[in-house]
Amino acid sequence: MTEPVVEMSAISISFPGVKALDDVSFRMFPGEVHSLMGENGAGKSTLIKALTGVYQIDSGSIVVDGESVSFTGPAAAQAAGIATVYQEVNLLPNLSVAENILLGREPRRFGSIDGRAMRRRAAELLDGLNLDIDPGSLLGSHSLAVQQLVAIARAIDVDAKVLILDEPTSSLDADEVAELFRVIRSLRDSGVAILFVSHFLDQIYEITDRLTVLRNGRLVGEYLTEELLRIDLVQKMIGKELTVLDEIGRKAHSADAEGAAADRPADFVRAEGLGRTGAIEPFDLVIGEGEVIGLAGLLGSGRTELARILGGIDRADSGTLSIGGTGRGTGGTGRGGAGGGSGRGGRGGSKLRTPRQAISRRIAYSSEDRRGEGIIDELTVRDNIVLALQADRGWFRPIPKKRQEELAQSYIQALNIRPANPDALVRNLSGGNQQKVLLARWLAIAPRLLILDEPTRGIDIGAKAEIQKLVYTLAENGMSVVFISAELEEVLRLSHRVAVLRDRRLVADIENDGLTVDALLALIADGSVAEEGGVPDAPTAGSGPGAGRASDPDSTTAPAPLETSGDRR
Amino acid sequence: MTATIDRPRTGAPAPLRPGRPPRRPIDRLRDVLTSPKSGPVLVTAVLFVAVFIVGGVRYNGFFSGQVLLNLFVDNSYLIVLAVGMTFVILTGGIDLSVGAVVALSTMIAASLLQTGWSPGVVIPLILVLTSVLGLLVGLMIHVFKVQPFIATLAAMFLARGLCYVISKDSISITEPTFVALAVTRIPLGGGLSITPSVVIALAVVIVAVWVLGFTRFGRTVYAIGGSEQSGILMGLPVARTKVIVYVVSGFCSGLAGVLFSFYTLSGYPLTAVGTELDAIAAVVIGGTLLTGGYGFVLGSVLGGLVLGVIQTIITFEGTLSSWWTKIFIGALLLVFIILQKVLTARRR
Repeated sequence: MTEPVVEMSAISISFPGVKALDDVSFRMFPGEVHSLMGENGAGKSTLIKALTGVYQIDSGSIVVDGESVSFTGPAAAQAAGIATVYQEVNLLPNLSVAENILLGREPRRFGSIDGRAMRRRAAELLDGLNLDIDPGSLLGSHSLAVQQLVAIARAIDVDAKVLILDEPTSSLDADEVAELFRVIRSLRDSGVAILFVSHFLDQIYEITDRLTVLRNGRLVGEYLTEELLRIDLVQKMIGKELTVLDEIGRKAHSADAEGAAADRPADFVRAEGLGRTGAIEPFDLVIGEGEVIGLAGLLGSGRTELARILGGIDRADSGTLSIGGTGRGTGGTGRGGAGGGSGRGGRGGSKLRTPRQAISRRIAYSSEDRRGEGIIDELTVRDNIVLALQADRGWFRPIPKKRQEELAQSYIQALNIRPANPDALVRNLSGGNQQKVLLARWLAIAPRLLILDEPTRGIDIGAKAEIQKLVYTLAENGMSVVFISAELEEVLRLSHRVAVLRDRRLVADIENDGLTVDALLALIADGSVAEEGGVPDAPTAGSGPGAGRASDPDSTTAPAPLETSGDRR
Repeated sequence: MTATIDRPRTGAPAPLRPGRPPRRPIDRLRDVLTSPKSGPVLVTAVLFVAVFIVGGVRYNGFFSGQVLLNLFVDNSYLIVLAVGMTFVILTGGIDLSVGAVVALSTMIAASLLQTGWSPGVVIPLILVLTSVLGLLVGLMIHVFKVQPFIATLAAMFLARGLCYVISKDSISITEPTFVALAVTRIPLGGGLSITPSVVIALAVVIVAVWVLGFTRFGRTVYAIGGSEQSGILMGLPVARTKVIVYVVSGFCSGLAGVLFSFYTLSGYPLTAVGTELDAIAAVVIGGTLLTGGYGFVLGSVLGGLVLGVIQTIITFEGTLSSWWTKIFIGALLLVFIILQKVLTARRR
């Protein structure tokens, strides 16, 4: 084998209170696609940032192309031939595509930037990527997928020896991924070393030649992809057995069997013709007490929009929403319990106008945008946990310090939040633990309906299992849950009923009674397929008023691949 | 999602999201008007022409070339200030010190000229001093991560205070070169004329247009306004650029101060109070987003002229108090900020 183009030896990096990387070594060879694997918090992004000059290393050495380097910043790393495309596409929406590709290296004539030469050069690069867009157009007017390719075009232009792609596929559809892989392969063949980081195992196995696995800031090992079985890889990443997940799977399904036989639980929420122009078509949905409704659909199918209306985040502009009872459902009523049996009518025959109103009706919505609409970075775990409860009480009735401490401690224990320190800043927690803090925040208001929008996205398998288990337990205790996830396995594992959305419409609402991933996929892709294919007698016996509306065969949408269908573990 | 459109190139796989469907001119016009980049500027241009026509219809003698040129004559210092402010606002910053720096410049000019210094020394000295002040502000913002609002507020108080250190009273300028520069009219033929200040201001505008549009420094200014973080990750000289922007603003304030002293032929500590807000108003009305990233120098010039033409109309009206200018400017600002909100929201 040739000499490695990148050789990082014995790298250590510490942040206040955390040892992010501990004696990690990592190397890349020219002309290979290499992946860095590990759970969240394993140190992947830290290692990448050390290589791209964003973080300074505390100890160890970095050798690029035979020369020992010490990067003072991203510019230095770029000059050494290391180009990076970050997950959240770090480009400039306010400048043109051409400028984004060539900024900092613009062709100049007589000291002025030569706009025409710049656009020509950009067009060449875009052509090489088979991307037919106007180089003069504003970057912000293009889709994320296009922006990602523009970022790659920028990387190619610097004649990068090393191209780092950090989660490049998380917002792409299958066609776009295929296109990206074509580009990656041709770059690899031209001798570029590519670091491809992704959560999607299928993609890892499709594109990479070699893997480096990290766990808890330490190196686990370096392997050839073809010689490492998936199951072994996952075990190396999480370092524990996967039985937790299996266990939940079995439990949920056995519970289903009971559930199907029993009568429907009392309705807690009943939506009739609820909708919002431009967001989601009017839909009917009934959620029973202690029932878990899974929302399945592609990104942009309206699943989040539906959840946001139920959660009072966005205002519905048609239809009615009745919420049974307004008392505090402190759980323990059991599935189908009589707690607020007055499902219809009750005190609410209206729409929710604000999240506040929703909270006062004991409806909690946890957003998919964990950073933007969830946690508050610079507050402590405790402050984040008590936030919703405090908001509900009103700001003039502060929760006593002691009570806050009790709340925080009890949820930290119950949800196994690490570090188990209520004074830790949420910013310093891993994604999975941040998600648990969010859950704790909403559980603190003792919700009767908990809406979880992608609670398990981008968090490690261990935390994922814990959250799934929690959802299951909460429902057992009578809490209604709306659960959104792009991972269909997860939706099927947890839900009693699955509501399928397509093109901003609720197209099916079926009991999860032996429903398979394939059947669900067919429903998501095109309702008409469902009738011939997989769905086992959709409107099952004993299904409630909301069930069994697999509908709308007139749709002509082409079957679209689910964005994460590859994410099987 | 998989729908693709064939394109002429054969053999190649279908392109991603074909970006250029055939456009009708009306679509293109709508695109331009709703773009956060060009929309507000065009609206301002239309507004300027409209106000000018309204003035011409209402008042005798309004529709003359000289009235138009006088807009430049009376507002040359404001145009220069607005140019400097454009650099700062494009990066997402703000400079509150410019008004006070104008006053300080007039005070330095008046007092030094009084003691017999030559204008050839005084003017460069002012420009250097104000640039250094800008440099200090920029460093304060960059090194100590002070909010631009606070850092420039401090500079504003400092500059205004220094005015009083120099003198509590107005100092008039009698130095012959200054007086000559103040009263000289450059004839343009047809009875029209402008002042040297206008020439200087226009030169500043031309240089600024070139710098912002066609140099790496200028593009980095826009990049910072778009996303400072991305700029850093793209390896752009963000830190340096952020500091230099305040130097540019300081330099422009000094120059505006010199032009202002041509205009008033005096130095007075209380002069140009609130002028920083006029400059900001000109920039915002000219279509530059306060959050940075979008805007043009020419827009700011146009913004300054809109302020000027409103003032002129109020003068022609005769019976209205000059405070009506402020009321109009306030209303305009409100309209433009809402307009920007709408345009940027549409794009997201």
